[in-house]
Amino acid sequence: MCVDIAGIKMKNPVMVASGTFGYGPEYADLVDINRLGAIVVKGICLDRWDGNNVPRMIEVRGGLINAIGLQGPGVDGFVESYMPFLRQFDTPVIVNIWGRDENEYEEVAARFDDVEGMGGLELNISCPNVKEGGIAFGTDLAMAADLIGRVRKRTSLPLIPKLAPNVPQVGLFAKAAEDAGADAVSLINTLPAMVIDVETRRPVLTNRVGGLSGPAVHPVAVKQVWEAAQAVSIPVIGMGGIETAEDALEFIIAGAAAVAVGTANFTDPTTVINVIDGMAAYLQRHGFASADELVGSICE
Amino acid sequence: MQIEKAIVRTHELVGGDYRELVLDASATAAGSVPGQFVHLRVPRLDGSVLRRPFSIYRARDGRLSILYKTVGRGTKAMEAIAPGDTVDIIGPLGNGFPLDEIGENPVLVAGGYGVAPLSFLAGEVAVKGTVFIGGATQRDILCVGDFESLGWTVQITTEDGSLGEKGLVTQALDAWLAEQQGTAPVHYACGPDGMLRAVGDRAVAAGHTAWLSLDKHMGCGVGACLACVQKIRGADGRVGWKRVCKDGPIFEASVIEWDA
Repeated sequence: MCVDIAGIKMKNPVMVASGTFGYGPEYADLVDINRLGAIVVKGICLDRWDGNNVPRMIEVRGGLINAIGLQGPGVDGFVESYMPFLRQFDTPVIVNIWGRDENEYEEVAARFDDVEGMGGLELNISCPNVKEGGIAFGTDLAMAADLIGRVRKRTSLPLIPKLAPNVPQVGLFAKAAEDAGADAVSLINTLPAMVIDVETRRPVLTNRVGGLSGPAVHPVAVKQVWEAAQAVSIPVIGMGGIETAEDALEFIIAGAAAVAVGTANFTDPTTVINVIDGMAAYLQRHGFASADELVGSICE
Repeated sequence: MQIEKAIVRTHELVGGDYRELVLDASATAAGSVPGQFVHLRVPRLDGSVLRRPFSIYRARDGRLSILYKTVGRGTKAMEAIAPGDTVDIIGPLGNGFPLDEIGENPVLVAGGYGVAPLSFLAGEVAVKGTVFIGGATQRDILCVGDFESLGWTVQITTEDGSLGEKGLVTQALDAWLAEQQGTAPVHYACGPDGMLRAVGDRAVAAGHTAWLSLDKHMGCGVGACLACVQKIRGADGRVGWKRVCKDGPIFEASVIEWDA
């Protein structure tokens, strides 16, 4: 099931999504990291960032809403604390990066160019939980294109903008990313959402709003991936609510060249391995020689 | 830490609205120490994506048990778990209570189902101390016999006076501490945040060590999602988030920065 996504060679097309697998060591006792197609680590900005106040997460029907707010150790903290661990594995490391303004995005991207063992950069232009930036870029076509173009000039690593789902025509954003020099696009990020406690009439999350993920968003994600894949010739990485191999295969058939398992890592850490095995069994059962043959094979 | 498919041995009411769930879980039980928890996937809870964390109550001879009270959707669904069912747990997780410097005169303070890990603790140490068990009513007072059979002194308080002394557990604790002049009892506490804070504030003011087990809503349980964070003052004086699931759930009272 080997695939090449934007120059990143993976032993299978199944990765773990940013924010749901920490930086690797957290799940190492429970999941064989060497079996993953790639590991996408939690979002990194330039310096240590504390994120939002608690409560930061609430379970809802069919998913959860999080407003962690991109807490992270910063570039140096990440490289020192986690890269020695991650380099032990035969699994590409994709770092999700973000900034509070364009300059910070550029600076963070540039800093990773010299880091040994980097597979690629996922550019987070769509986090709903940080007022300073993120989703403002992801929902404004001109801003998104400009930011991706600026970051492109500062990195030689494979660059994968992560797109917001809450836009009227996601294909336009995917195409703008391709035209600005992206090597692939990933989607969907979480959907902006909120929960109100009717007894106190207060929002449950301190940040008031957060991002919805989990099986509830899966059909939304499949539709957005299907639209994005038709708009571009670069690879699309599909994610959103994958719990089973079938959930993942829907993305592939819709046009995704690879997929990522996210919230289900919390529910059952063995999910990602089950998806890899289930996908291989499906390909064999249906006579596909490779995952690539299935990509975009939707019958309309 | 591992994922284990545990088989339910028994599941019974143990008093009030509290249940004990006993599992055949030899791998998890073997490595468990008092203060650690398991992250349990509630069977047949449609549309649920998060596990539920429970302090380990007993871990012996291949069996592991937890105590819980029905407080929400997850625990409501747990009521239907039957002997013979399979329950998926991850554990043991988090760090245990530090016991190296427990001293000669330890004091345990429990609120509601917070008594579970403290009962486990009492059974694992040679010293016999004093335990304060508090609750709203007599229906919230659990595990008294556990401590008595180990030779511990048990002091019970209920807010409505239906069992033991009437009042808050900290009032009884204050009276006892006043009689302990010249000693430095090490505190271990588990219960609601308000109780933990009150116990911790007293200990910090008196210069006693108090190990508090925090109860937070958790996501992953293994330190990846950063949902269950608590403000903790580091050795350098800098306040930052620590993960209750991975860095805790036990923290010493003097380093906890409670919200205003």
